[in-house]
Amino acid sequence: MVLWLIPLLPLIGAILPALLIRSGRDVCASATGFVSLAALGLLLSQAPAVFAGEVVRVSLPWVPQIQLSFSFMLDGLGFFFAAMILIIGLLVILYARFYLDRADPMGRFYAYLLLFQGAMLGVVLSNNVILLLVFWELTSLTSFLLIGFWRHLAEARQGARMALIVTGGGGLALIGGLLLLGNIAGSYEISEILARGDLIKASPLYLPALVLILLGAFTKSAQFPFHFWLPHAMAAPTPVSAYLHSATMVKAGIFLLARLWPALAGTEAWFLIVAPVGLATMVIGAWIANFRTDLKSLLAFSTVSHLGLITMLLGLGTKMAAVAAVFHILNHATFKAALFLSAGIVDHEAGTRDVRRLGGLAGLMPITATLAMLATASMAGVPLFNGFLSKEMMLEEAAHTSYAGITWLFPVLATVGALLSVAYCARFAIRTFLGPVRHDYPHHPHDPPVGMWLPVALLIVPVIAIGLFPGAVAGALVALTAGAVIGGPLPDYYLALWHGLTPALVMSVLAFAGGAVFFLTQARVDALRRHFPRPEARDMFEAASNAVVLAARRLTAWVHDGSLAFYLRVILAVLIAAGIFAMASAPHAAGTRAMLPVTLPALVAWLALVVACLATMMRHSDRLLALILTSVVGLIVALGFVQFSAPDLALTQVSVDVVTTILMLLALNLLPKTSPREFSLPARWRDGALAGIGGLGIGGLAYAVMTRDGTSIADYFLAQSKPGGGGTNVVNVILVDFRGYDTFAEIIVLGIAAVAIFALLDPKLPAGALRRVRALQPKVESGDVHPPMLVVAARAMLPLALAVGVFIFLRGHNQPGGGFIAGLVVAIALMLQYIASGYRWVADRKRLDSQAMIGAGIGIAGLTGIAAWAFGLPFLTSNFGYFTLPVVGTFELASALLFDLGVFLTVVGVMVLSLAQLSRVGQHVDPLPTPEQPMDLPLAAPPPYHQPREA
Amino acid sequence: MEILVASAIGLMTATGLFLILQGRSFPVIVGLTFLSYAVNAFLFAMGRLTVDLPPIITPGAAYTDPLPQALVLTAIVISFGMTALIVVLGLRGFLETGSDRTDLSLADAAEEHVPAPEGEDAGRERGGAARA
Repeated sequence: MVLWLIPLLPLIGAILPALLIRSGRDVCASATGFVSLAALGLLLSQAPAVFAGEVVRVSLPWVPQIQLSFSFMLDGLGFFFAAMILIIGLLVILYARFYLDRADPMGRFYAYLLLFQGAMLGVVLSNNVILLLVFWELTSLTSFLLIGFWRHLAEARQGARMALIVTGGGGLALIGGLLLLGNIAGSYEISEILARGDLIKASPLYLPALVLILLGAFTKSAQFPFHFWLPHAMAAPTPVSAYLHSATMVKAGIFLLARLWPALAGTEAWFLIVAPVGLATMVIGAWIANFRTDLKSLLAFSTVSHLGLITMLLGLGTKMAAVAAVFHILNHATFKAALFLSAGIVDHEAGTRDVRRLGGLAGLMPITATLAMLATASMAGVPLFNGFLSKEMMLEEAAHTSYAGITWLFPVLATVGALLSVAYCARFAIRTFLGPVRHDYPHHPHDPPVGMWLPVALLIVPVIAIGLFPGAVAGALVALTAGAVIGGPLPDYYLALWHGLTPALVMSVLAFAGGAVFFLTQARVDALRRHFPRPEARDMFEAASNAVVLAARRLTAWVHDGSLAFYLRVILAVLIAAGIFAMASAPHAAGTRAMLPVTLPALVAWLALVVACLATMMRHSDRLLALILTSVVGLIVALGFVQFSAPDLALTQVSVDVVTTILMLLALNLLPKTSPREFSLPARWRDGALAGIGGLGIGGLAYAVMTRDGTSIADYFLAQSKPGGGGTNVVNVILVDFRGYDTFAEIIVLGIAAVAIFALLDPKLPAGALRRVRALQPKVESGDVHPPMLVVAARAMLPLALAVGVFIFLRGHNQPGGGFIAGLVVAIALMLQYIASGYRWVADRKRLDSQAMIGAGIGIAGLTGIAAWAFGLPFLTSNFGYFTLPVVGTFELASALLFDLGVFLTVVGVMVLSLAQLSRVGQHVDPLPTPEQPMDLPLAAPPPYHQPREA
Repeated sequence: MEILVASAIGLMTATGLFLILQGRSFPVIVGLTFLSYAVNAFLFAMGRLTVDLPPIITPGAAYTDPLPQALVLTAIVISFGMTALIVVLGLRGFLETGSDRTDLSLADAAEEHVPAPEGEDAGRERGGAARA
């Protein structure tokens, strides 16, 4: 239980600083510190058990299907790292309270910091590799947020992005590696994996898993050639640099190497890859650090170098080297965090971190200078400080390491690394603090408040204590941790200041002497170095990422080229391929259902349809002809519905066809009248072939279904139509009753479409569009704009058509008809008025607003559905009854009729609104004058002309 | 009879597919209308073909399957809504840009129907074409 809380506490507690910042910066910082302190208390409460050699474990299944569980484990290694994360975290929290400016959003900063802390604790305490991955990615994300904390600085944003891309990319590789590892071991629990080292190392998948895991670890720990992101991450506020990029997060990669050491280390491949990478990183990092002028950048490269040192030790694969690695992790964390914090103080107080503008600070800020120089001495490996001890152990290990038969490689390069390290340490300390006092610092440097130097001082305590009494102070912790890393008995060693005249001591002396010379000749070496081309990692990274972006753009431009025809071709080809595949894997026996005999009228209609279709394909560039042919096909389809027992469909099809044709004619009035040939002949043949295959497939499928019998749920509807829905027209009963919800949704969609049409078409065209459209108008028009015969006939038809509409509507429940069809008939009758007498004439006389009609229709349908609730029934449950009136006799009233009324109103409104809107645009375009009152008999008071409110 | 219906469905599908592959909005709209016919007829055919058995309840009668009919009825009306919306979209696109191409990479070479507009709104026109 306690173990779960250690990582969860900071993750949950991250909300506190974000909220408490309103109560002031002190409260905010205290709350943050309290959260960390609580987690540290919990951790320490487990210390007795851990030091007694126990491994504390908890587990809770999370997603058992992928073997993901909330399992945590606390052993020596986890304890060591968790303690380091929390203790340094506390110091950084204290320091940041004074470091951050009043203008910086401190609540956000502490919230990010706690999130990071929780994620990092999760990494070091996880006992499940998938859980570890989750926390691993969380550290990358929170690190991104912290590096980019000063989001107004371009440098911070760039650095954050680079860190995220590099560590995130490594995280991807790590996912693959750890999944492979779990797969080989047969378990995703780390404690299980560690116990199966021999099985893992013997597996053929060992090498791929190892390479992927190392990619993850190397990117996180900034190993060569991925070291370049770390210096750019220094754009973060200094507390972040000290915490994430020296003491904790960059050690996550090293932690992973140490954690998996029993499972992975000790093989040839491990040694051949890990050790030279570490060695190269150590030397290259130290070399570059010597030529950096920014204090933080210098420290960043020195961190890279030390991380390389630790990696190399782990890579050697010997138990003694592992002990040295653990010891150096501890020592490095103490002195490097102290140094970063000191650099932050210098920056804060002197106003610059550039060594060329510093010097002589020892007299001005004595406390800071003393502390920083003590830490520097440790980093350089001066005796009596902790850095000396672990460096000696490193040199000792390197001294008797032979790489691929080359015995001198490791000893020499390790000495060179140490030498360069001495040189940059000297540069850091001497150029900043010693020398003459200057008078041109940007600020007046002086020692900072206690809150800022106290964390540094507290970090220096172990630096000296361990340096003087290594065995007494750190012996137990190192033994515990190293024991957990090795996973077996410890080698014979003792931590002491004096080991006698060993090869390591000779190498150390050489390093000090060489380092001093290098420091003195630094300027000359630098000048020489500038003559050679230097690979600039950031430029290469930028070039690579730009190339990727460019490639992605090109790919997008290629597959997403804006051509509808291209997309449709691709979609069609894929559908055809899927269809062919499905057909190839299906049985092909002929159907057994009895065929209907072919009749002569059917054959004639079929021939007409074939001719119309083929003609449309060949002559579609004449748009009016294509439109006429389309309506011919629509009529034949309607005839087909009549033939095959579907009177409702036939009625609907005929009326919709009329409306659609009018609509398209109105649109065509404003569009070009012909389509030019767009594609070459071969392209048209290809399209024809695609279309032909598609048609063949659909036709074949239809034939295959029609020639076979099948089962249907129709019997239920047929049986229930009369007793359940109160109507004998089963199609209508299904629409308004059984599947009323569908119909309700459908009329809503129709309403939305009509409103969209209304919104899309503004009848007042811009001048350019107007000119263009007018140029498309036919030059010769018929002499009679509103033919009297048509006007008279249309007006005489209107009441008749309305009566027919009412009739069709009322009988719809029992005989072919219903709201849809009645709505279409009425809409056509109204449209006819527009055609005959012109838009303006109708608009002046219209009493009903189309939009109101749509709204009323949907409203009535919805209310009918809701009314069912009043009777405790589900939405849209229908009811009906029989009533008797004198004269009329017994008749039936169904609530479905009311619902159908809603459908009717919506359909009328939608049709009239969309067509009227189009004709309104046409009216606006037409330059010919419209007679004010075509064919009107003079009334007593002619309606005053006013602008129509709507279409 | 089934073979006639099936071949008609196939032919209407092919016509519709061929037309939507054209590079202008009007043929695409006509093609969609053809496809609606084909799809509606196809759905209707799923109920199998019967003659003189309308699904109107009368004593002692047999009926055809009413469910595909109900589905197709709503489909016919909805396809009107869709066609109307697309027609208006195509029209609006033409009014904005002076071109009814469905191919953006070629849209810059538009304005072949009408001589390029002159005068005060020529710049606006070009802006509209680029926006498309």
